[in-house]
Amino acid sequence: MKHAFTVTAVAAATLALAFLVVPVVALFLRVPPRDLIHALGTSAAQDALVVSLKTSAIAHAAVLLVGTPAAYAIGRRRFRGRALLLSLIELPLVLPPAVAGIALLVTFGRLGLLGGTMSALGIDIAFTQVAVILAVAFVETPLYLRAAIASFEGVDGTLLDAARTLRARPFRVFARVALPLAAGGLGAASALALARGLGEFGATLLFAGSLQGVTQTLPLAVYAQFELNLDTALAIGAEFVVFGAVLLLALKLIPGWTRSISLWTFRSASSPST
Amino acid sequence: MDPLHFSLDIPLREFALDVELTVGREVVALVGPSGAGKTTLLRAIAGLQPAFGRISVEGDDWLDSARGIDLPAEQRSVGLVFQEYALFPHLTVRKNVEFGRKGGAALLERFGLATLADAKPRELSGGERQRVALARALAPDPAVLLLDEPLSALDAHTRGEVRAELQQLLREADRPTLVVTHDFEDAATLATQVGVVVQGRLRQLGTPAELVASPADPFVASLTGANVLRGRARRAQELTELELPTGELIRSTDPAEGDAVAIVYPWEVTLSRTPPDDSAQNHIAGVVASLVPVGNRVRARVGPLTAEITTDSSERLGLQVGGTAVASFKATATRLLPEAR
Repeated sequence: MKHAFTVTAVAAATLALAFLVVPVVALFLRVPPRDLIHALGTSAAQDALVVSLKTSAIAHAAVLLVGTPAAYAIGRRRFRGRALLLSLIELPLVLPPAVAGIALLVTFGRLGLLGGTMSALGIDIAFTQVAVILAVAFVETPLYLRAAIASFEGVDGTLLDAARTLRARPFRVFARVALPLAAGGLGAASALALARGLGEFGATLLFAGSLQGVTQTLPLAVYAQFELNLDTALAIGAEFVVFGAVLLLALKLIPGWTRSISLWTFRSASSPST
Repeated sequence: MDPLHFSLDIPLREFALDVELTVGREVVALVGPSGAGKTTLLRAIAGLQPAFGRISVEGDDWLDSARGIDLPAEQRSVGLVFQEYALFPHLTVRKNVEFGRKGGAALLERFGLATLADAKPRELSGGERQRVALARALAPDPAVLLLDEPLSALDAHTRGEVRAELQQLLREADRPTLVVTHDFEDAATLATQVGVVVQGRLRQLGTPAELVASPADPFVASLTGANVLRGRARRAQELTELELPTGELIRSTDPAEGDAVAIVYPWEVTLSRTPPDDSAQNHIAGVVASLVPVGNRVRARVGPLTAEITTDSSERLGLQVGGTAVASFKATATRLLPEAR
């Protein structure tokens, strides 16, 4: 009986693996490699790459710059309503991207909550590259914050206390002790948030539109090219696979002393450790 | 102007910590069971834990609740050696030591760490870690040095050596030093004054010799390693007789009446196979429960008593775990104290 079950379990594993791997491989098999590379040279693919890299870089930098100290502040403090705050941070994660797009539109759009004021100041961001950046940042932030908070929670509080007794002011405690010790987890958080941001589709489409060379990012280009030129769509898809593989490889090379905090922090609901 | 004076009141979960103490340029140890609030007290002095009361160091107030003074940790001139040392795992020994102040080369040399300067903490032994922690704490030349259970993170076989080393280093540091530990032997080795803290209060303060010679209560006595036997005392001619629950009688030259405890130190207890014909002594026969070698001596547990005898006499008597023996001790070596509460 045990033997039969072992065979069944191995067969199930094989099936699951094939189900995941075969479609990815198929991206590369449908069209000869030379045509794929050629398709990447089309203006649609090139424009999309530029838009994606530019918007993602700006959005990601902003998320890291604001998110890291924010995560430190939340991760190292115990206060009333903390659990509620963490849930608020996680809420956008469970929203469909299209809902996020609508939400951004009714906030920053011309007729939105803040849009009226901004419009009066001559700022109109809906359907511009700024909108793409906001959409990407909006989906990256909860992912990054959640994992970064868990990383800072994982830092031994006595080490921060030790730094304080050695006359370190708050910024030095953060920069010299907390940040390096959380670096592994923060790196993983950053990489996965970046991947999520690059793949952002729904929120960008609703809030920024899909204008080639302006707001059409790589995922939007896949969708647009799907009906126009399947080769280009496939080529962009292949681009994503290569990018994803590089990213996962980079995650494996994260510094040793914080290796314990890595991918799992994204799945486990974070709980205070001290 | 005292080097360090504090009078603190810190509410804990089950009781309040309420300790007042003056520490000169000397090493004072606070001993007590775990959970007595010793670590909390050190954290409060370092400014890592909210507290009420006063802390003054050479005339400077670090804390004065009445006047609203409460310096943050980074503004108190304090070196704290944490229980597990809390070395920064991502920094080398040199960077750890220099964290509080640049230029620790001389300090590394003095603490015998020069050859380990580029090692990471995880590559070090327990004793080496402790030296790094102490060097790091002393680097900024703090006015006060605090050590939290400095020897508890070490294995039994390195402990004795590190203790002697630490005693030397603390003497050289020459500043008000407060050590907390649960081990009286550690406290007695490291400190000139030992305070016993129970339930957040200072029960007794004195030199190690004073605590051993006249413990204030049975708890202090047992902490210093004495045998504590409970019973009922009554006068019998020149002596006092203490009747144990087992019916045995113990005689002491101390006066006592009613519920009382007898205090006998292990080194006052001798062992034999049969009761010696000596009425001036107390005898308790019992089963040998354990025989633990301690250096060139053996610590034997016989019935309710612990005796410390030489390895020679243990072998001469042919003591064996599970066998029987008679423990004897003089009436003059038997202190009597009233039962606490």
